[in-house]
Amino acid sequence: MKPLDPLRKALRRDRVFDFMMPQVVFSPDLDVSHGPILYLEDVTVSFDGFKALNNLSLYIDDGELRCIIGPNGAGKTTMMDVITGKTRPDSGSVFFGQKIDLLRLSETDIAQGGIGRKFQRPTVFESHTVYENLELSLAADKGVWPTLFASLNQAQKDRIDEILEIIALTEQRHHLAGTLSHGQKQWLEIGMLLAQSPRVLLVDEPVAGMTAQETERTAELLTSLAGKHSVVVVEHDMEFVRSIARKVTVLHEGSVLAEGSMDEVQNDPRVIEVYLGE
Amino acid sequence: MLLGRFYHSDRGGAILLAGLFLLAIVVPVLNLVVPESSPFHLSTYTVTLIGKYLCYALLALALDLIWGYCGILSLGHGAFFALGGYAMGMYLMRQIGDRGVYGNPELPDFMVFLNWQELPWYWLGFDMFWFAMLMVVLVPGLLAFVFGWFSFRSRVTGVYLAIITQALTFALMLAFFRNEMGFGGNNGMTDFKDILGFDLQADSTRVALFLASVVALAVSYVACRFIINSKLGRVIVAIRDAEPRTRFVGYQVERFKLWLFVFSAVLAGIAGALYVPQVGIINPSEFAPLNSIELVIWVAVGGRGMLYGAVLGALLVNYAKTYFTAAFPDLWLFALGALFVLVTIFLPKGLVGLWKKRGKEPEP
Repeated sequence: MKPLDPLRKALRRDRVFDFMMPQVVFSPDLDVSHGPILYLEDVTVSFDGFKALNNLSLYIDDGELRCIIGPNGAGKTTMMDVITGKTRPDSGSVFFGQKIDLLRLSETDIAQGGIGRKFQRPTVFESHTVYENLELSLAADKGVWPTLFASLNQAQKDRIDEILEIIALTEQRHHLAGTLSHGQKQWLEIGMLLAQSPRVLLVDEPVAGMTAQETERTAELLTSLAGKHSVVVVEHDMEFVRSIARKVTVLHEGSVLAEGSMDEVQNDPRVIEVYLGE
Repeated sequence: MLLGRFYHSDRGGAILLAGLFLLAIVVPVLNLVVPESSPFHLSTYTVTLIGKYLCYALLALALDLIWGYCGILSLGHGAFFALGGYAMGMYLMRQIGDRGVYGNPELPDFMVFLNWQELPWYWLGFDMFWFAMLMVVLVPGLLAFVFGWFSFRSRVTGVYLAIITQALTFALMLAFFRNEMGFGGNNGMTDFKDILGFDLQADSTRVALFLASVVALAVSYVACRFIINSKLGRVIVAIRDAEPRTRFVGYQVERFKLWLFVFSAVLAGIAGALYVPQVGIINPSEFAPLNSIELVIWVAVGGRGMLYGAVLGALLVNYAKTYFTAAFPDLWLFALGALFVLVTIFLPKGLVGLWKKRGKEPEP
């Protein structure tokens, strides 16, 4: 039986090679009629037997600000990897809106389709200026030939100015991104996400290494973004989570342990046991 | 107006183009107009030598585009150069006609020697100049496309890519060494007579080839500069600095790399095609891995990530090579090695970096 398994896997009728998939059209009016914009159902990912995600089910509503907390190794980053197409789960399903199956799409398609991601360590294009970083991120036709002959129109320039205003980097617009402070890089990266005009922002540890003042600004920034975008924040800093969170999800060993407001979650005995009580 | 802006945004490039323009006027005059008795006369040998350097400079430009800006270190770029050269060589072979040693109007000498009765199918069409020129572009481009498609799609990068490009050129060298491949084997192709009906030994033809090299280098430089200054150029640098980020911003990194790799290979092929009629020979040693590594040294010495740096490096190192191999034949390889070590330690940005240190790069 065993030797035939790979063959069976390859010939599974419900899975086709990615390149044979029809092009998915991300329409601007994404179907979110049932509330959630992002559905993760029974997602399991294992690395060499270790289950990073274990039957994880999670729903993110359109326009909500959700914080995800959990001890190290709870699967927070893996969850983001699955949503953005970097890691393919062993089983389960991930849908964007009602119709779009994210498991069939590549990282690039997902990014273009409206899910932006900020990494744990700030990654910006260091040898480009702040302005160029935003220009590159701006939603546009990102094929090779259109990019070669691309130039910014007035609407796009205005949009970049607007984003510069939001992330408070207007004065640094012509500085090389590599020369920015750590906190400014974090903001620039959030600005790059905004420039992609995403529906969902996945933000991994936005305030790591920030000063108290910068943290406060970041909290303001993220709360102001909710509503227009769905924002999912993964963070360790409990103080920060308390300051922005409306709904908190606690992950533990790859699945959801508790969900609710910060107070509810903090008083949940299971949560206290695995996380807060430590 | 446009020139002024160009000068401000790319001073080194403007100087380079002015230099090429000057070269294009002075060299032909000194060779063709100034009488041979005059001390200012430039020998045809020198004209061809400079033409050869310019072909190397074009090759260095092609490598700098992918290595300096996109971080793709190809240690096999000599292969594309040689393929372009072979395509040109095949055309020149067919132009010999019945003037070969064996006087066979249809077959090149080496095929007669091997007792072949007819021209292999892949030689068909090479008697036509336009077809050969098409192949100069198409063959290196196609190889780069197939090779790049497989390696970039599998996300092969860095040292691993460098090693397989090295393997590529080595494999091609071994293949072209074989007589039954039908490309002249060990000896390659030589003893060319004329190109487009003009005698290759004539001074005027030599000067014309030299001018073609100048024009090719200048046009390629402007094209590369256009690419680098476009949004595509910024995407390419972004890929070099933070590939995963570029992917999550929504660019299909593989396609950009492949596009640039193919473009670079085509430039290398054109350089090879201009090189062959000037040196008068093409043989499998052009595929030697050592050539491709030397090419990397030219770019590093000149300054990678600056297009004119690559050109400068190629010209300087090759001039030094010509001088040293004549003056101290045994020491050349040591000098080359020392040069590379010294540049890596003391001038990580190459010679151009030395000059640029004085001021920050001008704002685009």
